[in-house]
Amino acid sequence: MTPPGNERVPIQSEDDIVRARRIARTYAQELGIGLTNQTKLVTAVSELARNVYVHGGGGTMQIEIVSNRGNQGIRLTFEDHGPGIPDINLAMQDGYTTGNGLGLGLGGAKRLVHEFEIESWVGRGTRVTIVMWA
Amino acid sequence: MDRIPILRMGDLLLVTIQFELHDRLVMAMQDDLMRLIAETGARGVLIDISALDLVDSFTARVIANTAEMARMMDAETVLVGMQPAVAITLVELGLSFHGVYTALNAEKGVQLLKKIRGPLTGESSDDTAGE
Ligand SMILES: Nc1ncnc2c1ncn2[C@@H]1O[C@H](COP(=O)(O)OP(=O)(O)OP(=O)(O)O)[C@@H](O)[C@H]1O
Ligand SMILES: [Mg+2]
Repeated sequence: MTPPGNERVPIQSEDDIVRARRIARTYAQELGIGLTNQTKLVTAVSELARNVYVHGGGGTMQIEIVSNRGNQGIRLTFEDHGPGIPDINLAMQDGYTTGNGLGLGLGGAKRLVHEFEIESWVGRGTRVTIVMWA
Repeated sequence: MDRIPILRMGDLLLVTIQFELHDRLVMAMQDDLMRLIAETGARGVLIDISALDLVDSFTARVIANTAEMARMMDAETVLVGMQPAVAITLVELGLSFHGVYTALNAEKGVQLLKKIRGPLTGESSDDTAGE
């Protein structure tokens, strides 16, 4: 299967988290991203998709193929219209959680990918964008 | 609902995680394992994750908790077969399976359990015959 260049998948259930990981894996394989970076990417997807589902009340993951000077990559945008994050710096810290997790999702995801960006608006939602280059 | 199969081999319980993990599947495995430890008096647990190409913080946390619970029920847990890419990813994620024994494969896992727990009845081979 050759994936299309642009796709948006819902994240509304645990099954959707698994599906999002699978789709990201397929794209990464198509781009020829090596196994270690594939694994890092899908693990980051798992963390961020779970955040969308658990903290954001559900949302979407958008997939795009991007390129820069002949190099291709996969860009994933996680979006929800949940409560937002009041203090992003705090939320990014390892060990910080408002739930019963380990508080490693955001900080860990950032370490696992090449590019990471987070924006959040209290009362309106959160958007996290990551890029992994081939 | 699917279940993760758990095999009993003498004093050992062998959990082989074969397919992609859904959150509720991981939780069900924890329940099943605790019940089986209580029922069988197993002293060692091997969790084989060689088929897993992804371990995220949720799965890692459940596995670590499971090992801790098993220990309270007098069973030691060894995690076996972690893929190299998974190990690299877990460390970068910030997860170190503190307090969980690991081994390269099931055979080495059994050896490790024997070292920790003394002789076990679990091997199907004849190397326990003289004990
Ligand atoms: N999409 C989101 N919407 C609202 N709040 C969020 C969102 N993502 C993260 N947060 C907040 O940031 C905190 C830290 O997130 P992080 O993923 O690092 O840890 P966690 O989800 O609590 O635990 P873990 O991911 O280790 O299981 C969360 O506890 C939550 O308060
Ligand atoms: Mg999280």
